[in-house]
Amino acid sequence: MTASFARQQRRPNAAPIYLDYQSTTPVDTRVLDEMLPWFTEKFGNPHAVTHAYGREAEAAVEAARAEVAALIGAEPREIVFTSGATESNNLAIKGAARFHRAQGRDHIVTVATEHKCVLESARAMAREGCKVTVLPVNAKGFVDLADLAAAIDERTAIVSVMAANNEIGVLQPLTEIGALCRSRGVLFHSDAAQAVGKVPVDVEAMQIDLLSISGHKIYGPKGVGALYVRRRPRARLEPLFDGGGQERTLRSGTLPTPLCVGLGAAARLARKEMAEEAARLLALRWRFLSGLKARLPELQLNGDAERRLPGNLNLSFPGVPALALMEACPSLALSTGSACTATEIEPSYVLRALGLPEALAGATLRLGLGRYTTDKEVDFAIDTLASAARRLARGDRMTAASAPPT
Amino acid sequence: MPHAAYLDWNATAPVRPEVAAAMAEALARCGNPSSVHRFGRAARHALEAARAQVATLIGAAPAEIVFTSGGTEANQLALRGLKGRRLLVSALEHDSVRQAATDATFIPATEAGIVDLAALERMLAAERRPALVSLMLANNETGALQPVAEAAKLAHTHGALLHCDAVQAAGKVAVDMQVLGADLLSLSAHKLGGPQGVGALAIADGVPLAALQTGGGQERGRRAGTENLPGIVGFGLACRIAAERLGDYAGVARLRDRAERRFAEIAPEAPIYARHVARLPNTLAIGMPGVPAATQVMALDLAGVMVSAGAACSSGKVRRSVVLDAMGVSAEAAESAIRISLGWSTTEAEIDQLVEAWGALYARSRANAA
Repeated sequence: MTASFARQQRRPNAAPIYLDYQSTTPVDTRVLDEMLPWFTEKFGNPHAVTHAYGREAEAAVEAARAEVAALIGAEPREIVFTSGATESNNLAIKGAARFHRAQGRDHIVTVATEHKCVLESARAMAREGCKVTVLPVNAKGFVDLADLAAAIDERTAIVSVMAANNEIGVLQPLTEIGALCRSRGVLFHSDAAQAVGKVPVDVEAMQIDLLSISGHKIYGPKGVGALYVRRRPRARLEPLFDGGGQERTLRSGTLPTPLCVGLGAAARLARKEMAEEAARLLALRWRFLSGLKARLPELQLNGDAERRLPGNLNLSFPGVPALALMEACPSLALSTGSACTATEIEPSYVLRALGLPEALAGATLRLGLGRYTTDKEVDFAIDTLASAARRLARGDRMTAASAPPT
Repeated sequence: MPHAAYLDWNATAPVRPEVAAAMAEALARCGNPSSVHRFGRAARHALEAARAQVATLIGAAPAEIVFTSGGTEANQLALRGLKGRRLLVSALEHDSVRQAATDATFIPATEAGIVDLAALERMLAAERRPALVSLMLANNETGALQPVAEAAKLAHTHGALLHCDAVQAAGKVAVDMQVLGADLLSLSAHKLGGPQGVGALAIADGVPLAALQTGGGQERGRRAGTENLPGIVGFGLACRIAAERLGDYAGVARLRDRAERRFAEIAPEAPIYARHVARLPNTLAIGMPGVPAATQVMALDLAGVMVSAGAACSSGKVRRSVVLDAMGVSAEAAESAIRISLGWSTTEAEIDQLVEAWGALYARSRANAA
């Protein structure tokens, strides 16, 4: 019996160690405390400003808007609240493409490793008659700036390149892309759901016109996100849906005050604590990678080793099927990649875009570290993963969970 | 400061305490319902339990429920997700329905405050393309209950489908998708004791609906995006409680009727809209002749009474009600109408506070006019 197995046996019902921070993050208790009063005693509709309850809610929503804006160097009125990053990405891409198509600009440029909702939005616009260019990435996960420059033509309406990849954590060169887009007069949208609050993002320095933000990726609540929409020069969009005309007609629907407050609180904490947290996570990531590599020299890191999210690792375990490895480690909450497609269990298109052979892509786990990950948890995870991978690589399919007691 | 009497429940209702507690617990847990690990599976389990609770409230099957970010999105998904259908939309609908399709034809309303079924039948008979009829179950401004089951029968006879915006009705009166014959039905959590930021569209089995929001394939491809799990958990519980406490609305109706009687004593000439048809138990739309709605709302606000001048959605703008317009109410009368809406915690004292403030303003306006 291995040491790690013994430890697992001692904590059979304990919650698994959470190593999936790119899928979702727990709500920070400080965020939760700020949200709770807005569900019950302060429940006004922020649009019902004819009375005190409504005005109180409106003031809270506006304060939250200012916090979100401050995190990315924007003005509060450039922030549109949405139901999440999927909606933000849909609104940015479909909204810009539909608006600019009327001006004879019907071309969308994006990248093969974008989140599924960006690619699906582009595909939906292709079905509506737009031209879509999907650029490849190199083996480290970066888009080539010369490819991008060559792809932009006089019909290009929008370029969409994510800030940080959700599977491999790679940070695209936003500053360079922003400068290029601005010089060519096309809108630059960035899906920054994974990056905002983790690494510095500044819409001015990076010349970003549209930027998507998610609440639940930054220790805020699910069900809320934001789209930054530049005012000068103005990024013009068609709304995805209409109704009461809230959010300067870009996004109708009653604003969920508690969720907006939660996103604002999460943004404020991220702004204050980002530098310290990033340094801590970088050290944890190094500890994880070096510790695991010492036990499993054949381990392979996917995506650039330096320019990636501090809390992300994407690792291939040659000869060890990822699903078997996950099953063998019930004490760890792990994923093979994007949660949206996790239940499909097919090889990740992001890893394929890096040129990873199918067998290796099928032997890959995404490890997400975050605000509550500790040294002890990382050490336990190294031990657990290394032991299980060793066993599985030897062809010993007996997992810790199903091993008979000895 | 006077006691705060909140009488704008149709704009939003407070989250029920049990719901807030369940949500706080859900917010403190982590997990993406699409993840395959234990946290993810627990989240999926909670999501599906909530789906069943929502389905139960409206007599639907759990698989027919698609969670959205609210009633507006549910309405938009219903009206924009069916391609190639002619849209016939009642003139009494909420903005989120009215504006979903610029090419919609409006079905007129009667002076009583309900949709004109004879007109609908003529429109359906004249229509060559398959149609989608959109008719709300209860009007948000007057509370008038609409003849949805009859409209659905007419629609189905003519090969059309029916969408029902049940946002204001659900939780206040019984709603059964089967009885109504609705093919699509919209719900909002924050109108029935759940949180803002979550709603649902019920899609009857077999209705082919294309997604508005595409991406990760959640909600069986009908609505992409990580599910707002704590919100959905709150919505589910709010639906269960709403179903259990539907009987409480008899008391709410008594309070509403008390206000209505007192208003009639103070100002017999004050029009009460849709009073001759079946209404929601909590809603009262009344005009104070000659006094602009904005003036009334502000005067009542100063007296601690919170009401609204129609729908809350237009970002604070007070503008004339399209609903009253559709009922043939004159512009002058419509501009002096306010909406009073009660809820499960409304007290008799609050109603007396309302009547007193309204009566005082009425007396001042008569004195000024004299």
